Amino acid sequence: MSAAGPCPEPIAQPLARGGEGGRVNGAGSPTATPDPMALAGVCASMGPPVLSLHAAGVTLGATTALTEVTLTLHRGERLVLVGSNGAGKTTLLRLLHGVVRPQAAAQRQVHRSQPARGGVLGAMVFQRPFFLRLSVRRNLRLALWLHGVPRAGREAQARLALQRVGLEVLAERPAHTLSAGQQQRLALARAWALRPEVLFLDEPTASLDPAAKREVEALIDGIAREGVTLVMSTHNLGQAKRLASRVAHLEGGRLLALEPVDRFFGAAVLPAPTRLFLKGELPWTA
Amino acid sequence: MNSIAQSLPIAWSLVTAADPQLVAVVLLSLRVSAMACVFGALLGVAAGAALAVLRFPGQRGVVALLNTLLALPSVVVGLTVYLLLSRSGPLGEFGLLFTPTAMVVAQSLLVMPLIAALTRRLLVSALEQGGEQLQSLGAGPLLRAGLLLAHERLGLVTVLLTAFGRAVSEVGAVMIVGGNIEGVTRVMTTTIALETSKGDLPLALALGLVLLGVVGALHALLALLQARRGQPVEALA
Repeated sequence: MSAAGPCPEPIAQPLARGGEGGRVNGAGSPTATPDPMALAGVCASMGPPVLSLHAAGVTLGATTALTEVTLTLHRGERLVLVGSNGAGKTTLLRLLHGVVRPQAAAQRQVHRSQPARGGVLGAMVFQRPFFLRLSVRRNLRLALWLHGVPRAGREAQARLALQRVGLEVLAERPAHTLSAGQQQRLALARAWALRPEVLFLDEPTASLDPAAKREVEALIDGIAREGVTLVMSTHNLGQAKRLASRVAHLEGGRLLALEPVDRFFGAAVLPAPTRLFLKGELPWTA
Repeated sequence: MNSIAQSLPIAWSLVTAADPQLVAVVLLSLRVSAMACVFGALLGVAAGAALAVLRFPGQRGVVALLNTLLALPSVVVGLTVYLLLSRSGPLGEFGLLFTPTAMVVAQSLLVMPLIAALTRRLLVSALEQGGEQLQSLGAGPLLRAGLLLAHERLGLVTVLLTAFGRAVSEVGAVMIVGGNIEGVTRVMTTTIALETSKGDLPLALALGLVLLGVVGALHALLALLQARRGQPVEALA
């Protein structure tokens, strides 16, 4: 099996529910392009697949959090998940990361021919970062220890990660005494230190003030430029525009739309709920 | 008959003069209960941690049983250990009945479920906060439990102090398996019970004062720890 081709498999999902929405939209939108051609164009610019979901579902207790999500994550892309609260964004991040299991094991597939960055497959920055009651430095060293970095290398790598996010001066402070913005940067440093192939971010700038928001956003952008694949959820559509290469819209645990960023916010034939979502959200966040 | 008004000054002088008989009883009490807490903690913390992170059939039943054992009557523990250690019992050949060792065994069994249940609760709430983050970093279930116990170290000390308070103030178990033998197995609570029934109120009152002091100091320490954790004082035990 060779997965070296630029577009190893078609992306089926955008059309799964797009049928009716496409018809409605197509009538009034002469610029709508036929999907297969557009998708081929998108695909050519993407790296090899890293992770894929095949009609994946997640059941948490008695509730179904995700239903039939099909999605392939490509190396180097920046996928941003949007959707209202409870739409399944966090669950999708956790599923992709592997901390929750799909209904059947075969629904999640890892394509890992050669670990390009020599680190973990995925690292996640949770919505509310958690640190042990230890100093900033020791929290980073602990993560490196869990990751299997030999003792000799931990100190240097921890310092490097702190420099990356500009927190070296706080290295000896107890991690839980940092401000929300600093904690978010520390969480980014911890994830970055593990050299992940994919970085998962769950609303990384929610509840931050504008200055901290800009700092964190710049850090995320910088990390993506190093070649890390990003999957990020956000409520801020402006942020999605700035950071994303592809945008996915989730609602009620279903993936309703999955489009390149310019098409998602531009001329794409989007399903009706996604158009409503964009209409409802844009005035407040643009 | 001595009244409180007559006994209290004598009791106080026994405490301030560090009466040798009183000191011996107090020290034995503290030693037995402290050792019971050490042994109870070895098993209890491990059991509580395992129940918090591992999933196995019948787990809910075990947890329900453990929560019931929080209110384990000390006389029942005493009776059980008595039957085990008595001459005709399965462990009778060791001749442990009516020794301080027997008292340590009984109190260990008494505090073990308490420590296990409280440790489990502590870990379950810590896991809600940080379990998935540690899983994401690559820590397996038992390692997660260990790391979160270190994270909640002040909470763990609170659990151990609670257990010590329970052990040092119980009468039933040490009375049954220790036998309240003067100079050998007589501890604060059993001496108070005996001296009161004999009518020697000053000694009983003096021991009562010391016991109150010990328990009071424990609770002051607990309140201090909980203030440092920045959480409202929990009603433990």
